[in-house]
Amino acid sequence: MFKAILRQLLYVAALILAVLVLNFLLIQLAPGDPAEVIAGEMGGANAEVMAAIREQYGLDKPVLTQLALYLGRALQGDLGTSYFYNRPVAELILSRLGPTLLLVATALAFALIIGTRLGMLASRNPRGIASALVTVLSLVGYSAPVFWTGLMLVILFGATIPLFPIAGMIDVVKQGGPLGRALDIAHHLVLPALTLGLVYLAQYSRLTRAAMLEVLGADYIRTARAKGVSERQVFGRHAFRNALLPVVTVAGMQFGTIISGAVLVETVFSWPGLGTLAFQSILARDYPTVMGILFFSTLIVIIANLLTDFISRLLDPRLAGGR
Amino acid sequence: MTEPVLDIRNLKVDFVTRRGVAHVLDDVSFSVAAGELLAIVGESGCGKSMTALSILGLIPSPPGRIVGGSILFQGRDLTRLRQSELRRIRGGDIAMIFQEPMTSLNPVFTCGEQIAEAVRLHQKVSPRAALARAVEMLRAVGIPEPELRARAYPHQLSGGMRQRVMIAMALSCEPRLLIADEPTTALDVTVQAQIFALLDELRQKTGTAIILITHDMGAVAEMADKVAVMYAGRIIERGPADAVLDNPGHPYTRGLLASIPRIDADPDADLPEIPGIVPALTDLGRGCAFAPRCALAVPACNAAQPHHVAMSRDHSAACIRLQANEVSA
Amino acid sequence: MTAPARTTVPAARGPMAEAWDIFRRSPAAMLGLLLLGLVILMTVAGPFLYQVDPFEIVWAPLTPPGEEATIPLGTDNLGRDILAGLIEGGRATLAVGFSAALITMLIGVVIGAYAGFYGGFVDDMLMRVTEFFQVLPPLLFAMVVVTLFQPTLINVALAIGIVSWPQTARLTRSEFRRIRTLEYVSAMRAVGAGDGNIIWRVILPNALPPLIVSATLTIGMAILFEAGLSFLGLSDPNVMSWGLMIGTGREYLLDAWWVVTLPGTMIFLTVLGISLVGDGLNDAFNPWMRER
Repeated sequence: MFKAILRQLLYVAALILAVLVLNFLLIQLAPGDPAEVIAGEMGGANAEVMAAIREQYGLDKPVLTQLALYLGRALQGDLGTSYFYNRPVAELILSRLGPTLLLVATALAFALIIGTRLGMLASRNPRGIASALVTVLSLVGYSAPVFWTGLMLVILFGATIPLFPIAGMIDVVKQGGPLGRALDIAHHLVLPALTLGLVYLAQYSRLTRAAMLEVLGADYIRTARAKGVSERQVFGRHAFRNALLPVVTVAGMQFGTIISGAVLVETVFSWPGLGTLAFQSILARDYPTVMGILFFSTLIVIIANLLTDFISRLLDPRLAGGR
Repeated sequence: MTEPVLDIRNLKVDFVTRRGVAHVLDDVSFSVAAGELLAIVGESGCGKSMTALSILGLIPSPPGRIVGGSILFQGRDLTRLRQSELRRIRGGDIAMIFQEPMTSLNPVFTCGEQIAEAVRLHQKVSPRAALARAVEMLRAVGIPEPELRARAYPHQLSGGMRQRVMIAMALSCEPRLLIADEPTTALDVTVQAQIFALLDELRQKTGTAIILITHDMGAVAEMADKVAVMYAGRIIERGPADAVLDNPGHPYTRGLLASIPRIDADPDADLPEIPGIVPALTDLGRGCAFAPRCALAVPACNAAQPHHVAMSRDHSAACIRLQANEVSA
Repeated sequence: MTAPARTTVPAARGPMAEAWDIFRRSPAAMLGLLLLGLVILMTVAGPFLYQVDPFEIVWAPLTPPGEEATIPLGTDNLGRDILAGLIEGGRATLAVGFSAALITMLIGVVIGAYAGFYGGFVDDMLMRVTEFFQVLPPLLFAMVVVTLFQPTLINVALAIGIVSWPQTARLTRSEFRRIRTLEYVSAMRAVGAGDGNIIWRVILPNALPPLIVSATLTIGMAILFEAGLSFLGLSDPNVMSWGLMIGTGREYLLDAWWVVTLPGTMIFLTVLGISLVGDGLNDAFNPWMRER
């Protein structure tokens, strides 16, 4: 058990190292002077700043030394300085992390809770209404660009029926205690979370339906029926617990795509998270920030994968080991 | 003999498929009394398992449907009960053991939880008491360290152990009737013998009636009181075990008996097999379904379905050659 | 249990013809094919039928559709003809989608094939690489690549290919692992066929059905990806594409719904067509798995 954990940690460390090396290589391979890339085309491209960057990053030294310096700084949590925002990148990222996690977690929870329920409902009757809904939903969810769905919701709820705010996270003019603030954020959260959640809702409902149909044919479902378990319990307890396993695995593995999807959704709704920061930094050619976000998002994906592994072990005793 | 626990009369089950209607069960009748062991034998696909599932009201529907006959259990016709009433009987008064111990237990619950669930479905007891009952049942079916095994997940146990858990679960509510559908096919020989011995012992101790579905003629010879031989959805021979085994009336039964390995036979000799395969149930003609494979078939076999002819008390078979004897006798 | 009565297949018909038969009978799949055909027809024949330069300013900005007879679908924020943009923009979108899918399949199939065929150490190493690419957040990584190396169509397609191949590699690997143990593969080995021969001429053709389905769906995914990048302003600004139209029209969304809605609908219909075809192919290759 201890050995397995140790191996897992080593593996994660290797992954992180590889991501850092890739980041470094990208900057080296990009056309143009690395110092210029680091300074950013819009930043302070004056001679003084350039000299400071060359000095700090040791750009006059051999490539391998530069790599070592880069890794050393990154592992100390120093992801460089944004010349655009004039702040350390790590600090900048951490200040934007909260809103993104809130958005992604809400969308994921919405998609998982509704999607698995819907998929279970659909599995009761493969030719029923719920099944048709799952089919249509999964087709639309797969085919519609997420930012377009968002924009359509903006037209619907921003112009036609103005029910929800369409931009930002907090209304500056509104006053109120912590509760009022939370409600305001929740109100702003509805549309972005719905947009992001719909894509995954479509996937999870379809996946749950397929998993349920497979599990319902299993011998242990027949056993449950033979011992007098009600149909409700057969579906909700015996089958659902087993059908959930592939869904949780996929949801966890997809965390990377969800973070990416958040970039588009945040941009549409001006949600003040990492995605908007990434978008703005790219427009500003603020490379240290862009690379920092890429590294940080990868880190989140790795953590999410570890968590998924852990949750799968909780849900499936066969994975827990200990034969 | 006393009032039978289960009395099936002229049961007919159809499967409606795109290729037509299949008579999965056709005119099936038999009965079992308390403490009695009835063996239903036949090749796979002959309707043995379907008979078991229809008793529990578990035939997959669609496509399956009971179209005729009755299943009398302790005087009540199960074919007329609603699902909610059937559910109370399932696992309570009638329990079933399946042939796949490796896959018949739910992998995400512990063995104890699964037995306790069966107990709680049929008896008003606390969760703690149900779990205690589960441990007690595990001990009763001969599982060592039952407290420990109750907390184990199915994948942590061997096939034989899992089948014992299944039996413990089936017996936890003291059923009047136990249906065991090929309970030993997936297990190795020594474990097979243990499981059969366990079933036999339980029957004698509790007076539970048992329907044993099997193609192991050796087990039939050893344990069964009565035998019903099925072919293509029909019972083609039935009677007391001794009578059927010593004096089989149907060529198919004879074929099955010839395929048992014998201790005194030459171990290198191939076992005789019945040539051909069981026909698709949608392709049955008007005549005897076994005729195409029967070495003794005559043209008349294909003309009409043979009816049961009594050979001795309670022993009958459905073969045209017996009908001929009957007419001449 | 009913014994499955096997319907005999006439010997002259190959598996592909049989798959086409199943495909043809599915209304959803045929609808997808029709949608896709219309979109391709529009991008190929459109420029000849509607000869308007999509970059040329033809009328007042943000003219709604139907208001001016010569500009049936209105104008964008610069007064450029939307219909011309839709016709011209489809070409870039489809081209990037197809070439990105091609790159994805090339990398994915080669890596998956070697990993699945050799197993052991080769498999371990290749799968580590695959896992590494799987933890990269796809859109963010593509954004970085495109920004660092100029947003040309080729770079966009490459970036999409680099982040999408791991899934194809995993699928190919599992197919190869399954097929390499089959009897005819051992038979080929026994007659002395080389590894390369077995991989590309024996196993690959048999692994094709799921790979074709996956390739189809990859095209749809790549189109969505391209659209997302252009929406963020990361596509070639000199080439008209649907994503570019959405990206530039976004700020005028509440005043002029058509600027964004129309190109978005085109993307939606195209990808819908592709995914319907993909589902249809899946059913056609696995008739017994219809329910999934």
